[in-house]
Amino acid sequence: MKIAVCVSHVPDTATKVKVSSDNKAIDPADVSYIINPYDEFAVEEALKTKEKFGGEVVAISLGSVNSKGTIRKALAMGVDSGVLLLDDNPRDSYAVAKALAEEIKILNCDIVFCGKQSVDYDNSVVGQMIAELLGFNCISVVVDLKINGNKVIAETEVEGGKEVVETELPVIITAQKGLNEPRYASLRGIMTAKKKIIEEKSAAQAEILTEIITMQKPITKQPGRILGDDSSAVPELVKLLHEEAKVI
Amino acid sequence: MGTKILAVLEQREGKLKKSSFEVVGFVTKLAKELNIDTEAVVVGNNVDNLKDISKYGIKKVVHFKNEKLKNYSSSAYSEIVANYAQEIGAKFIILSNTSLGKDLAPRISVKYDAGCIMDCVNYWLENDDIIATRPVYAGKALVDVKFKTEKRVLTIRPNVFKTPVLEDNSEPEVDTREVNSPNFKTYVVEFKKSEGKLDVAEADIIVSGGRGMKSAENFHLIEELADALGGAVGASRAVVDAGWRPHREQVGQTGKTVSPSLYIACGISGAIQHIAGMSSSKYIVAVNKDKDAPIFSIVDYGIAGDVFEVLPALIEEVRKIKS
Repeated sequence: MKIAVCVSHVPDTATKVKVSSDNKAIDPADVSYIINPYDEFAVEEALKTKEKFGGEVVAISLGSVNSKGTIRKALAMGVDSGVLLLDDNPRDSYAVAKALAEEIKILNCDIVFCGKQSVDYDNSVVGQMIAELLGFNCISVVVDLKINGNKVIAETEVEGGKEVVETELPVIITAQKGLNEPRYASLRGIMTAKKKIIEEKSAAQAEILTEIITMQKPITKQPGRILGDDSSAVPELVKLLHEEAKVI
Repeated sequence: MGTKILAVLEQREGKLKKSSFEVVGFVTKLAKELNIDTEAVVVGNNVDNLKDISKYGIKKVVHFKNEKLKNYSSSAYSEIVANYAQEIGAKFIILSNTSLGKDLAPRISVKYDAGCIMDCVNYWLENDDIIATRPVYAGKALVDVKFKTEKRVLTIRPNVFKTPVLEDNSEPEVDTREVNSPNFKTYVVEFKKSEGKLDVAEADIIVSGGRGMKSAENFHLIEELADALGGAVGASRAVVDAGWRPHREQVGQTGKTVSPSLYIACGISGAIQHIAGMSSSKYIVAVNKDKDAPIFSIVDYGIAGDVFEVLPALIEEVRKIKS
């Protein structure tokens, strides 16, 4: 089976965000980057799928040359090879999806795994857009996956429960926490990853359909009142919520 | 180009969701500002409360109906909505940023050649164009985004745009259309309801517990308080990773980003990832023994006390005021 996994190079979730001087993105100074946490579940599921059905797994990332670090991480976990689609310019989700779709078409994949969203722009749309662009089926926010011949059965997380979804290959699966426990890269894995091939090429050009005009920090509110240090403060708290805030 | 705004409504088990009425209210307001017409579309089987949309300002709804469409099918729903948008020449398509909305919006946008902006929490107009504000980095920053396309798909965050009820008892025009052979390439075969009553992503009040709750068993206090308030139970990453609570309850950067009217954090110190996920709540209350916990820097009201002493009193006081 030909398997692809899309990985994204994102600021560590512990990052304190500072806005850059052009007010359009974050200031990358002092920010450490990691593989997008949801993409780790995608990599793990891709590897499990390969272990079950055979084939090969290719990790694809779009971004600057720095994204190589995230591809290496996937290679160290056991992915066979990587493709880096180089582009230093900002893209919207559609333009990202378009370039990834072009590459997936070239690779002729049966199944593609993505994280359900990247924790930088939080759009949660790229997987579904790739599917639309390629005419693939797609199941998003997957917490359980079974593949049987051509048939795909997944459980997805929705408000108030889970949905069981059926479709067929070729399919794009977007991974949610809970799908699996991502493996740690072994020392041997890290060593072999250094020898694995990362193909670098320019990302396919694509039109941008939406554009960020400005980025700003949310208005921080004034710290509120500490009403007390034990249950004697409870009546006042409930009174404030009822009469001042009017939320209960 | 068309001039209509199309509201995409969502039904579950034959009932429109609360978030769909927010979409109706949002569309009504935007249409008034832009002086253009509105319409709504819903896909499903029977939908009981469809007529209620006129109370929020939309007078026409098209109901695409088929027994098998009662559950979500991404392939069928996206095709039906995109085709209908084409038919009326919709300039805007608005959905709620729910699980279904998040899955459906990007598909419609590609099918309809529209730009797609997700999770709008505010907007303003500039030369008859909408500029949408949306959180990024789980709320650590906000971006203002504009469309570069004539056709636009936008999702709005649940619980953010409140819907005023209009003094209007007229019934909307319902155009029911049977769908003969929906595209069932991908479809939901079963919905497994979880035991918890309310989902954090949809709740207007959330009571969350963290490591300070000491054990999974002690979460009965969180559940009781949530019950008394008619809210949902949330959890910090630490307690989800410890297996005390299911992941669907996790609030934060690798969980859910929420904006309820009231968020009560119990025994949560306030890691940056957690704060990012809930700091846009309207009112924030924290109960935590450690008066220096970071969570207190963003609260409206706090009690720097022991959760096991404060919560039982709080539950009782809330029950009193509710009765």
